[in-house]
Amino acid sequence: MLDMAGFDDFIGFDETTGELQCAAGISLAEILNTFVPRGWFLPVTPGTRYVTVGGAIASDVHGKNHHGEGSFSQHVLRIDVLLGNGERVTCDRDTHADLFEATCGGMGLTGLILSARFRLRRIRSSQIVETTIKASDLDAVLAAFAENASATYSVAWIDCLARGRQLGRSMLMLGEHADVGPMSLQPDRALSVPFDAPAWLLNRGTMQAFNSTYYALGPTISRLRQVPFEPYFYPLDKLRQWNRLYGRAGFLQYQFVLPTEAGSTGLRAVLNRIAASGRGSFLAVLKAFGPGNVSPLSFPKAGYTLALDFHADATVFSLLDELDAMVTDHGGRLYLAKDARMSAATFRAGYPRWQEFENVRARYHALGRFASNQSRRLGLQ
Amino acid sequence: MKRILIIGATSAMAKACARLWAAQGHRLHLVGRQTDLLLALTADLQVRGAAAVTHAVLDANDMDRHDAVLDAAVASLGGLDTVLIAHGTLSDQPACERDVALTMRELQTNGLSVIALATLLANRLEAQGSGTLAVIGSVAGDRGRQSNYVYGTAKGMVAIFLQGLRQRLHKSGVRVVTIKPGFVDTPMTQAFKKGPLWAAPETVARRIVAATDRGADVVYVPGFWRLIMALIKAVPEGLFKTLRL
Repeated sequence: MLDMAGFDDFIGFDETTGELQCAAGISLAEILNTFVPRGWFLPVTPGTRYVTVGGAIASDVHGKNHHGEGSFSQHVLRIDVLLGNGERVTCDRDTHADLFEATCGGMGLTGLILSARFRLRRIRSSQIVETTIKASDLDAVLAAFAENASATYSVAWIDCLARGRQLGRSMLMLGEHADVGPMSLQPDRALSVPFDAPAWLLNRGTMQAFNSTYYALGPTISRLRQVPFEPYFYPLDKLRQWNRLYGRAGFLQYQFVLPTEAGSTGLRAVLNRIAASGRGSFLAVLKAFGPGNVSPLSFPKAGYTLALDFHADATVFSLLDELDAMVTDHGGRLYLAKDARMSAATFRAGYPRWQEFENVRARYHALGRFASNQSRRLGLQ
Repeated sequence: MKRILIIGATSAMAKACARLWAAQGHRLHLVGRQTDLLLALTADLQVRGAAAVTHAVLDANDMDRHDAVLDAAVASLGGLDTVLIAHGTLSDQPACERDVALTMRELQTNGLSVIALATLLANRLEAQGSGTLAVIGSVAGDRGRQSNYVYGTAKGMVAIFLQGLRQRLHKSGVRVVTIKPGFVDTPMTQAFKKGPLWAAPETVARRIVAATDRGADVVYVPGFWRLIMALIKAVPEGLFKTLRL
């Protein structure tokens, strides 16, 4: 692991186009702190702002606007990469396009991203107009995604412990940048979980109670309100070290995408399996993706993605292996940025262009230079 | 808008201060040893909103050039409101014990060069009858300890010098602020094991920037170091010499 947080300089900014050039170690939080007051926002943001630009590119992160704007790398104009032979290469979609594409989503395995250029988007207010729509089951939420495809941002919280007729009940949260309202940052008043919670805290009972209460407290049909951007995009950034809620053993994140054609059948199968296991998490998120991009290891593709957290105990691994098989059978794949345990076979099935990725690594001197526990587990050189 | 001169501008603490000042829209003049780092910081501060950023290359031990560099700084800024002196090196105590020349060099870098700059700056600020001179000292300067007394001597020398200067300049309306950071997680302290007493440069910088506006003359950052150092200073010498601090 290379900690790039020290490489955190801005390099240049064009006030007319919004084009920002910065070192790869700068965090999205720092970009927001600097530019939101001046009327600019990230083109794409994941669910936490405490990630670096380099990490966002290497994981090709997506956000609630994937269906309209694609993933982070699709807004990147150019990157500087330090290769395994010490050479520094500037690449974009025309020059060294193979390196550019493989580095976007390439999990740091092609070289070290030193700096990047990308475009910020103009905003007229730092607030978000949020519409919450209640969906009583899976078909209802998938229909709601389709009906609201023109919304800038959309994501659904899904009760993954609900079964039977309530399977897939959700709250779809749509968002638009407000036209009027303040242009400001919220004071950083994050709380932090001071110690590891006992392992039993988040059990089936408490999570079912949480999910049912959360769903019941939601609006009857729909609700419209204007909120600061921070709680809309980064609800968990308010609670530092929230992983401690899962106790000392921690948790595993699990995020997969199923292609549109597998749609509700595939999701239903997976949700049934999770609900039956009783191991669902209180933070399950469903989103309809737009089309994928050219990068060989980029995660998103047209369809539905579901992100879950699981208590990391010894028995969860066999459940996840089962889910892997279901995802693979439906033509889906897992998100590398959240993976800690998938097999090489699952990886190859989900990312059929992996060999092409390896060829780029070979051409640019990455083999034997850049590797991770994950890359070894996935059978990459 | 303030006109701010930063000496040792590419040090982690100074850089964090410069970023806060840039975001507030001030005018900055950076002085440091390495052109490439100064250029990178200049670009960064411009993006962050500084009204203007200029720089000059200087090794603070090159004392013959001090006056000329300060002239150029004041000319670039169009005056001078705030100065932060932040340069320094972390002395290798065991190496200093074996090497007189190294000890002298450390005292020169962390002590004498600071005093030389402060002398020149004090006269300029006194003549104009306004301004703030802030200098980064260290809690290490509060009491000599076997683990780093060469560094501590230099920082202690600076602190005493600034005490005198503060009295002298008080009547001219010039503030002299001594900043005493504790353990700060910077490239200078990269080799150290970090614990709960360690602070991030950004945290320290917020205190420094606030202290240059108003407040105490001697600022411990984070604040709990005032208490820790009060306790350390209170230990009788007869007992202190037997401790392993």
